[in-house]
Amino acid sequence: MTFPGLLYPTDIESTFFERDEVPDFFVDLNLDQVVDAITGQKQEYNLTPLFYAPLREIEAIQYRQEIFKDLQNEKTLKAIKAFAEKMVLVRRYLNMISKLYYKYHQEGWFLEAAVIYCEAVQTLTQDLQGASIKSKGLVNFLAYITEYTGSPDFIKLQADSLERKADLAAIQYSIIIKDNWVRVRKYESEIDYSKEVERTFEKFKQGEVKNYRIDLVVSSGMNHVEAQILECVAKLFPAAFRELDAYYSQHLGFMDQVILTFDRQIQFYVSYLDFIGTLKEKGYEFCFPAMTQNKSIHARETFDIALANKRFYESAPVVCNDFYVEGDERILVVSGPNQGGKTTFARMFGQLHFLASLGCPIPGKEATLFLYDRIFTHFEKEEDIRNLRGKLQDDLVRIHNILDTATSNSIIIMNEIFSSTTLKDAVFLSKEIIQRIIDLDALCVCVTFIDELSTLGTQTVSMVSTVVPENPTQRTFKIIRMLADGLSYALCIAEKHRLTYHSIKERILQ
Amino acid sequence: MKAYLMFRDRDFDPKAPLPANTADLIHDLELNTLFNAMALGDKFLLDVTKSAVLLSCEDIDTIRYRQEVLKDCIAHPAVIREIYQIPIEAIERKHRGWLGIFTHSPSGVLHSAVEMMSMFIILLRKLKKIADENVASFQSEGFTRFFTMIQRELDDEYFNTVEYHLKQLKFRDGVLISAELGKGNEGSNYALRLPNEKNKNWLKDVFSKKSLVYSFAISERDDAGARALSDLKDIGIKSAAIALAEATEHIENFLNMLRNELAFYVGCINLKEQLEQIGNPVTFPVPYEVNERRHTFQGLYDVSLALTMKQSIVGNDINADAKNLAIITGANQGGKSTFLRSIGLAQLMMQAGMFVPAREFSANMCRGIFTHYRRKEDASMKSGNLDEELGRMSGIVDQIKPDSLMLFNESFAATNEREGSEIARQITSALLDRNIKVFFVTHMYEFARIFYEKQMQDIIFLRAERKTGGRRTFKLAVGEPLPTSYGEDVFRSIFRNNKESTQVNDMQNQKT
Repeated sequence: MTFPGLLYPTDIESTFFERDEVPDFFVDLNLDQVVDAITGQKQEYNLTPLFYAPLREIEAIQYRQEIFKDLQNEKTLKAIKAFAEKMVLVRRYLNMISKLYYKYHQEGWFLEAAVIYCEAVQTLTQDLQGASIKSKGLVNFLAYITEYTGSPDFIKLQADSLERKADLAAIQYSIIIKDNWVRVRKYESEIDYSKEVERTFEKFKQGEVKNYRIDLVVSSGMNHVEAQILECVAKLFPAAFRELDAYYSQHLGFMDQVILTFDRQIQFYVSYLDFIGTLKEKGYEFCFPAMTQNKSIHARETFDIALANKRFYESAPVVCNDFYVEGDERILVVSGPNQGGKTTFARMFGQLHFLASLGCPIPGKEATLFLYDRIFTHFEKEEDIRNLRGKLQDDLVRIHNILDTATSNSIIIMNEIFSSTTLKDAVFLSKEIIQRIIDLDALCVCVTFIDELSTLGTQTVSMVSTVVPENPTQRTFKIIRMLADGLSYALCIAEKHRLTYHSIKERILQ
Repeated sequence: MKAYLMFRDRDFDPKAPLPANTADLIHDLELNTLFNAMALGDKFLLDVTKSAVLLSCEDIDTIRYRQEVLKDCIAHPAVIREIYQIPIEAIERKHRGWLGIFTHSPSGVLHSAVEMMSMFIILLRKLKKIADENVASFQSEGFTRFFTMIQRELDDEYFNTVEYHLKQLKFRDGVLISAELGKGNEGSNYALRLPNEKNKNWLKDVFSKKSLVYSFAISERDDAGARALSDLKDIGIKSAAIALAEATEHIENFLNMLRNELAFYVGCINLKEQLEQIGNPVTFPVPYEVNERRHTFQGLYDVSLALTMKQSIVGNDINADAKNLAIITGANQGGKSTFLRSIGLAQLMMQAGMFVPAREFSANMCRGIFTHYRRKEDASMKSGNLDEELGRMSGIVDQIKPDSLMLFNESFAATNEREGSEIARQITSALLDRNIKVFFVTHMYEFARIFYEKQMQDIIFLRAERKTGGRRTFKLAVGEPLPTSYGEDVFRSIFRNNKESTQVNDMQNQKT
């Protein structure tokens, strides 16, 4: 039987769900940090290409969402993790064999790998059979693995492995080292001498003593002396080793290709769930967004996932925000006090759409998001010190390129454009750009200090970062749909520099 | 094996953290004079006696236990010093023979441990001999137990067993290691085995035939092979090496413990011999429970002063039983500070299990000894000093518990008398309400008067006596506070060549 894989509902070229290039907007949206955090512990699976390739079809997104939902079951996830851990060992042992010199050593590790492989596959099958899985992806896989574990090849591999292992584990032998001579014979029930020594001196025990640091090179390798000892052991117990030889040649290449594919692809899900799992423990909520092809979208109590991850060890959680876009609305114009969470809001908007298009659960209580074709970002680099004209020119070239490439199904995120030109220029340029985006009919978030942009037309929505009314220097990090008045912003700056009426009176004494 | 000479049932830890107010105690009670007399220049004795004295005991049982042990020590100083030499000899032999475990390879550790153990066995035999010879002539529970334990644990058969193992652990006939096949057919579960023919308890199986053996040799030039072989040997002997190394360390610890505990008694012997030489008596104090109020003594003197002046000192005779507060007033340089110090020193010495500097002495135990002295270096009347003093007092209040002993010397006088008296009154009253025994040396008449007028039964007033002519006896007697403290006298003794002041002095003498 065939199994299409866990990442796409039909058998398809892997380039549809795997990409090597980092998307352009990754750094601006801090998604590079997120993907690093997700895949950092799982380098051996090479998962990053899977996180670089958004899906375009609602059906494919749902295929993944279903699998995610199955894995929300604690038991199912645990079973898969246990399987993965064993598979890591299997691969490590098999890779090691090629670097070993001695036949019985190689065969020993081969046997070890096979024993664990059989156990991993067997246990996973039983665990999945006992789990209530509903997703098409996992149901298909269960059918496959059930058939596989019932196959005569697998049954024989497992039986042979266990028998060989038991034979070898039962062997006990003794080594006598005197000068440069080594004698090897069967163990003859001699008493444990270390214990005898311990017992003799027990009466002097005076509480704890320092731990003797003993440097022993206990590598899992085998040197030629150990190899010679092993040969002697093989001569002492010839039958067990004869069987091992036969077993090795019979079961070379015992791993199944579909099992290997599953082992990697499932990590796309596991790694993401692990990542959001630690955030969930801190009280953050995640949800599966509904995907839409019209531009009425919304999200409730959502947050910047990169920020939440970065602030993980701080006690105060990241502030959640809501937004909606309906009717003619296309452009969220975000203004208000600095350091009030405006940029965070813009990033969040982009992150949500990207993560949703990967089929992943997203930050928030509930959401409907747009099935975009591309995401474009334009973030000003504050540390850029090139001369103004060069920079402005550069900015305009980049924005022009975006507007040239973007379609009405694209998402455009602009953060503080033109902030270093004169106000008059900035107002003019911004209005021109926004007008073009309105004409394009694309979804857009625009963070700006220019209030007028929010009232350009029915397509623009004004959102403002807010402050605590009693203490204007304290940010709430709430971004709220309301008209921008520009007042609190000015007051905050004054407060920050202690230039309010009262502050000035206090500072200037009589 | 335990020494248990300081406590009936536990080790004495000279490294235990000292009370937080240690620095104040040492400074205010001039404890270093006492410690130096006990240590006689020996750094180790100094450290241990310091800890033993400062780590006061609170239970009478331990005090009596130590008093008995100390009596044995005083009766047999030569034997005590002989035993004390054993751990010292161990240290010296270790240094001289470059013994000690410096390597981290099992065979290196084992080799060093065998040598160390052989050295210790010689010393333990010596200790056994002393025990055999003296067990009958010592009376105290502590020494009787100690000697009997040595005799029981270190009998001849035990010494023979140890010597057998020390020989065996040199592995003249090779190392026998058992093993199993672990992952990848690599050897695992290595364990050192005693060959059956060397095991006394092994019954030879009559049917056992010569077992099948395969062998090989590592060529002389095969360095890697030799290394591999010694690694393997190391894995085998690792546990035994650790066991023996730990055993040597345990014995070393035992000897160190013996040294710690005896050091205290050796220090006491040293002190006793010096005080006897300058003609000052000592006595074993009679301790009472912490909740009783006892303080009665004959000839209590300041041991630090005696050791400094190297002469016999007239002590004080006071009965302050059932008293919670003693207010000491009177002449400057009239012996008030000396008296206060003698109270603190005697209490510390009693609670360490020592004899005390007096002809007779009884007192209740206390849960802590605290001193609050006006610091001479900041005797000026700046308010910053009161701040400093109150800061220190606040530190004491953080630590002090009911049934402690609190010694004040001219405290809270860094302001005017009325304010100082009020602060002192409030603090003292609070301490009394918390069942803390207070000795307060003061020249603040106002403060003393407040308490004197209360006419309370549990307060005793002591006064530095003054004989005619301003000569002081350095003796205190019961007496109500007087509104002057004879500062003039001191002034005069310093300006005694001044004619005018001599005249004033004469006039005053006529008045009295």
